[in-house]
Amino acid sequence: MAEVLVYVDHVDGAVRKPTLELLTLARRIGEPVAVALGSGAENTAAALAEHGAVKVLTHDAAEYADYLVVPKVDALQAAYKAVSPAAVLVPSSAEGKEIAARLAVRIGSGIITDATDIEAGDEGPVATQSAFAASFTTKSRVSKGTPVITVKPNSAPVEAAPAAGAVEALAVSFSEKATGTKVTARTPRESTGRPELTEAAIVVSGGRGVNGAENFSIIEGLADSLGAAVGASRAAVDAGWYPHTNQVGQTGKSVSPQLYIASGISGAIQHRAGMQTSKTIVAINKDAEAPIFDLVDYGVVGDLFEVVPQLTEEIKSRKG
Amino acid sequence: MSLRIVVTVKYVPDATGDRHFADDLTVDRDDVDGLLSELDEYAVEQALQIADEADDAEITVLTVGPEDAKDALRKALSMGADKAIHVEDDDLHGTDAIGTSLVLAKAIEKAGYDLVISGMASTDGTAGIVPALLAERLGVPQVTLLSEVSVEDGVVKGRRDGDSASEQLEASLPAVVSVTDQSGEARYPSFKGIMAAKKKPVESWDLEDLELDADEVGLEGAWTKVDSATERPARTAGTIVKDEGEGGKQLAEFLAGQKFI
Ligand SMILES: Cc1cc2nc3c(=O)[nH]c(=O)nc-3n(C[C@H](O)[C@H](O)[C@H](O)COP(=O)(O)OP(=O)(O)OC[C@H]3O[C@@H](n4cnc5c(N)ncnc54)[C@H](O)[C@@H]3O)c2cc1C
Ligand SMILES: Cc1cc2nc3c(=O)[nH]c(=O)nc-3n(C[C@H](O)[C@H](O)[C@H](O)COP(=O)(O)OP(=O)(O)OC[C@H]3O[C@@H](n4cnc5c(N)ncnc54)[C@H](O)[C@@H]3O)c2cc1C
Repeated sequence: MAEVLVYVDHVDGAVRKPTLELLTLARRIGEPVAVALGSGAENTAAALAEHGAVKVLTHDAAEYADYLVVPKVDALQAAYKAVSPAAVLVPSSAEGKEIAARLAVRIGSGIITDATDIEAGDEGPVATQSAFAASFTTKSRVSKGTPVITVKPNSAPVEAAPAAGAVEALAVSFSEKATGTKVTARTPRESTGRPELTEAAIVVSGGRGVNGAENFSIIEGLADSLGAAVGASRAAVDAGWYPHTNQVGQTGKSVSPQLYIASGISGAIQHRAGMQTSKTIVAINKDAEAPIFDLVDYGVVGDLFEVVPQLTEEIKSRKG
Repeated sequence: MSLRIVVTVKYVPDATGDRHFADDLTVDRDDVDGLLSELDEYAVEQALQIADEADDAEITVLTVGPEDAKDALRKALSMGADKAIHVEDDDLHGTDAIGTSLVLAKAIEKAGYDLVISGMASTDGTAGIVPALLAERLGVPQVTLLSEVSVEDGVVKGRRDGDSASEQLEASLPAVVSVTDQSGEARYPSFKGIMAAKKKPVESWDLEDLELDADEVGLEGAWTKVDSATERPARTAGTIVKDEGEGGKQLAEFLAGQKFI
């Protein structure tokens, strides 16, 4: 059976959920061979094996942390040469897309970005994408070279499928260009203890209607009652009420959770671009004409300062 | 010595219009107004600020697109860019990201550059890969997704705010930079700027000027193929209630019914 390279997104050996989803998709088109780079790479093997990786290629070097993107491209290219895969799958993070793009041009292959599904097809893997703020769904293929496809989080279920997951050291020699962009300092983002926005099953977002940084505690309270991640509209972010890393939308994160709750958000096209594929959508807005209501499964026309705390209390009491 | 800045700008269908695909599954540009991709305004703005700080700098804005794409160039010129290059050729219709980066890279090399500045993503394809592709093709450092950028003594520095960390980056010129919408509001063209733009030079290049063959680009030359595009069915109308004091409880009831609680 053909092998499929899966680029592993991990933090010190802890594999992030989108990579496990990639393994599910990879198994539909071949046998997953995972590529894990950087500090803790070898520690990813157990999780990857449990989810279907037949092999785990690992390599660690200071270059991965000290220079931007290119060392990882060099390594993925080395893995590509070693394996001759039928396809290369990479998580659709900002960095993942850049790595995938540079690999694609090096190996003479087309690239599809932000796929939301992958199936096997007669002429190679067929990727589903959503276009124009999720108002269209397209099916595309790579028609030249080895398909390089980046996949959005929440695109497939995480499934256990135990495989060998034999760890092999990957031989990597860095290109001359690998050290072109230095990372001179790095400030890790502080963990909030809440789920990662793009990976969360439930996202609770606040917009301009929240009216102040201090009021975001109301949104956080609701999120915590549901074990959800917190999102924000650009208006709320631009006002400095919530960090940019939590922005949902075209220039922020795109999320596709089981449940999305928007409070005090009007539903501008750029916001919708980042949340329209959520399974169930709920909105609380005092303006009955707000465009967000066109999307909702359930909407409450009302003041979020009344509705949200009542909702939070009710959830808490139901959960006991 | 003069700092040569090339800003890549894309002409896109207005996101607030009714965007859809044409019969050949490329973007329908006839039924929707086009404009300079809003995210490229941030690239033009940062170019203007970098040029202000430099002793001597020249900003060229570059687009690959149909006849109307001149509008995007005019907008960038009216913001303050010095000159423009329009790569236009019937054979470019349907070019994918790999092909677009090939054409842009050839044009950038022909124009001459020390610094390329791009937007973080277009507002139509939204791939966010062209800047990295340009760096790969040009063989220069990529300093991408910056929310803060500066150039001094032939070195570009910037801040990249990622998912798990915020990073300070540094590279020697020549380099490719892309900037996010956090990099600073883009200026509005002044009346004077708009008038001045009319006199600024716009060069037109075709594939021959770039020594490219038709089969390297366009729908035929694309390395990806779109097989179908279907409009998402409108969401079925949901339940909307007016809060009369029990809105939060009613919503909780709905969430419980959907097994979220
Ligand atoms: C290139 C570009 C990219 C963009 N990218 C993004 C993006 O990634 N994400 C994004 O979100 N936006 C983005 N935007 C901005 C977008 O166009 C909107 O301006 C933004 O989404 C508006 O945010 P909002 O809904 O919070 O604010 P508003 O549109 O001001 O809406 C506030 C809503 O809150 C309601 N409200 C007020 N008070 C209350 C109350 N007490 N109770 C209940 N409801 C209340 C109001 O009725 C209103 O509907 C982008 C714009 C551009 C041009
Ligand atoms: C819905 C949709 C999905 C698509 N999916 C794919 C895909 O999966 N794979 C693929 O290969 N192609 C795809 N395309 C085609 C692709 O969008 C175009 O080839 C495009 O020109 C480059 O990609 P982008 O617009 O996503 O640019 P991005 O990579 O998002 O653009 C980043 C920056 O590059 C610069 N730039 C991009 N295009 C131009 C231009 N024409 N002129 C000047 N500067 C430019 C701008 O500075 C821009 O801010 C898709 C197009 C659409 C409309």
